[in-house]
Amino acid sequence: MNVSSTFRVARLIAAKDLRVEWRSRVVTNQVLPFAVLVMVLFAFALDSDAVLERVAPGLVWLATIFSVLFLVARTYAVETADGALDALRSAGVDPMGIFLGKTAALAAQLLVLEALLVSAAVILYRADPTPSGTVLLVTTALVATVGLASVGTLYGGLAAGVKGRETLLPLLLLPVVAPVLIGATRATESAFRTNGIAVSEGWPWLGLLAVFAAIFSVVGAVAFGSLIDE
Amino acid sequence: MTAASVDTNRRERVTGTSFTRGLGAVTLVGIAWLVLFGLVVTPADVNQGESVRIMYAHVPGAWLAYLAFVVTAISSAMYLFRRTRSLVWDRIAGASAEIGVLFMGISLVTGSLWGRLTWGTFWTWDARLTTTAFLFITYVGYLAVRNLGGTHHQRARRSAVLALLAVLEIPLVHFSVELWNSLHQEASVVGNTDVTMDGLMLFTLFLGVIVFTLMYVWMLMHRQRSLTLQDMVDDIGLDVALAARRAEAGSS
Repeated sequence: MNVSSTFRVARLIAAKDLRVEWRSRVVTNQVLPFAVLVMVLFAFALDSDAVLERVAPGLVWLATIFSVLFLVARTYAVETADGALDALRSAGVDPMGIFLGKTAALAAQLLVLEALLVSAAVILYRADPTPSGTVLLVTTALVATVGLASVGTLYGGLAAGVKGRETLLPLLLLPVVAPVLIGATRATESAFRTNGIAVSEGWPWLGLLAVFAAIFSVVGAVAFGSLIDE
Repeated sequence: MTAASVDTNRRERVTGTSFTRGLGAVTLVGIAWLVLFGLVVTPADVNQGESVRIMYAHVPGAWLAYLAFVVTAISSAMYLFRRTRSLVWDRIAGASAEIGVLFMGISLVTGSLWGRLTWGTFWTWDARLTTTAFLFITYVGYLAVRNLGGTHHQRARRSAVLALLAVLEIPLVHFSVELWNSLHQEASVVGNTDVTMDGLMLFTLFLGVIVFTLMYVWMLMHRQRSLTLQDMVDDIGLDVALAARRAEAGSS
């Protein structure tokens, strides 16, 4: 199994996943509206512009993480519905390629979701990132997305094809993504200058996000084979 | 006496051996000793008063839970990496995790009760406390994964990978919570830590750790054996289960 074939598999799987999503419109018509709805419901629950402005960064990432659950469930519903994952396994497709491909497709969807949620925060919660804050925000979103997509693909693969996966996935995934919630929220607070925190204070948090992304993308690529190989 | 109930009696005997019976007896004596020392013989603390007695169950309970999770991680690695992978390792991992979750739950409850009495609050967002809560939830998830079904080796592989992922996850969570916490600079509720502990109290705590460790080994051996029997029952298959249900229906 050489590297170029792994990447070729990854590219094919990612393109396939994105094509399925593009044609089915499930993400655009259901998951993205859900995420915006969560942002509106937060506003009802917290009921104060000042509080919303204060907690906007955390809410953006909380809404992201809730939506990740749906995206992951969706990416594996596509695979298991017609036994596609079994077919891939029996065909001897490189599991590392499958992992990387599904992670890339999930990451692409997540970036769209995050862009939407940040826009929602700007419009609904009066978040106001400066140009330098925007650079921090984009970098944070990219690094956090790699981590979330890797860990989502990994745990999604674990829960794929078993009974009760809808309820199991949140229980497995949410504790694991806590570091991303902490790191991304703190970095975003700096980007939005919440409570007058300087933009420069946000950069160290990227270290945490980068470590998380590195660990789970590498471990995921290695361990994914033994999770789905049954 | 139906066939099914005779069978149950026989199974109950199978998980006990003379070693576990001896260990069990020693453990029970140890618990009685611990109760006597913890509740009667040791004095109340100067600062904490009577609430210090919670510590004699809380600290050994937390120790047992961490020990159990370490054993789960090691057995999972043994299952995954050894050439001759054996379901014995998987069952030890599962049994150990069950005991760990139970005692982690007990220490979280006793810990927050003690916190309420001593600090005036059930919970603080201290890194160790928060990590412990995450550990608890992570292993509840692990046990859920063990019950997903499939073949024994499917269960074993899935849960072993998950147990090793938890080993990665927990330090990350701990580290991030620590960073998060240091930012908030909350006043430390744990007073000065250089308090010298009364010798008798220290001994009782030590006794608790020993007794709880014995109890862990005892429970682990029984649970591992009952899991083996459970797997055997699964292997025998649906026919036997159906026959047993029919026998039950007939006898009632």
